[in-house]
Amino acid sequence: MMAGNKDKGGTGSAEISATKKKDVTDAEWANGLRQLYDSVVDEELPDSFKDLLSKLDNKGD
Amino acid sequence: MGSNKRTAAEQADFKQELTQVVPHLRAFARGLCGRADMADDLVQETMLKAWAAQQRFEPGTSMRAWTFVILRNAYLTDMRRNRFRGEYDEGVAERILTAPAGQEEPIHLSDMHRALLTLPPERREALLLVGAGGFSYEEAAEICGCAIGTIKSRVGRARAALTSMLTDGDIPKRHIDDEAAHRAILEELDDVAAGNGIAARS
Repeated sequence: MMAGNKDKGGTGSAEISATKKKDVTDAEWANGLRQLYDSVVDEELPDSFKDLLSKLDNKGD
Repeated sequence: MGSNKRTAAEQADFKQELTQVVPHLRAFARGLCGRADMADDLVQETMLKAWAAQQRFEPGTSMRAWTFVILRNAYLTDMRRNRFRGEYDEGVAERILTAPAGQEEPIHLSDMHRALLTLPPERREALLLVGAGGFSYEEAAEICGCAIGTIKSRVGRARAALTSMLTDGDIPKRHIDDEAAHRAILEELDDVAAGNGIAARS
C-alpha cells in the first residue's frame, strides 16, 4: 500500500553513531537513502505530469 | 483505445490512485536512473502504460507496487537500448543535499546517490524498494519477480557495498562510462529481466 507517511528519517540516526566519525552506520545510510527518496516524493509535481494526467481522461473514453 | 471494460467510475478511481503514486514513481525512477529528466520521461512512459493496462489492475491491491513493476520493466528495456548510462545529475544532488542535525560528518546525499548508482541494477532496485520505498521484502520480491531470499541477499550486499564505499569515501566516479563495466551491467540486466516472472506477468 501507500507507505506515504513515513517518518522521514525522524527516528533519527543522529545519536546512534555519536562516537564514530568515520564509520558510516546502517542507520546513517538508511536515513540518507530515505531522504533521497522522500526529497523527490515531496517535490511539487511538474506541470508536464498534470498535463499528462488531464489528457488520460480523453484517452480512456 | 477500444477495450473499455471499466466503467467511468472505475476509471476515475484508477486515475485518482495513479495520481497519488506519481511522486513515488518519480522517486523510484530517480533512484534507478540517476537523472531527473530521464527519470521523469520514464515515469510518464509508465503512466501511459499503466493507463493502457488498467483493466489488469485489481482494485484493492497496491497501485504503487503495480506501477513499480511497469516502471521497472520499462527501465530495464530502456537500459538495454542504452538509453540510460547511469549519468549522475550533480545539480539535483547538490540541491537536495542536507545535513542531518547533530552529526559531525553527515553523509552527503550526493555521495549517497553516486554510490547508489554504482551498484549493479538488481541490488540498486532491491535497496530502493526496501530501504527507501518502504516495501516489505515480500512486496519487493513480488515487484522484482524473484524469491524473498534473493531480495534479502541483494539488499544485504547492496548495504555492505554502500557502507564500505561511504565509509572509505571511495566512490567510483563514473563506473558506467567504463565499457567493460557497462557490458557487465547489461549482462546482469539480462539476468534481472529473466526473473520478471510473478508480478510482471501480463
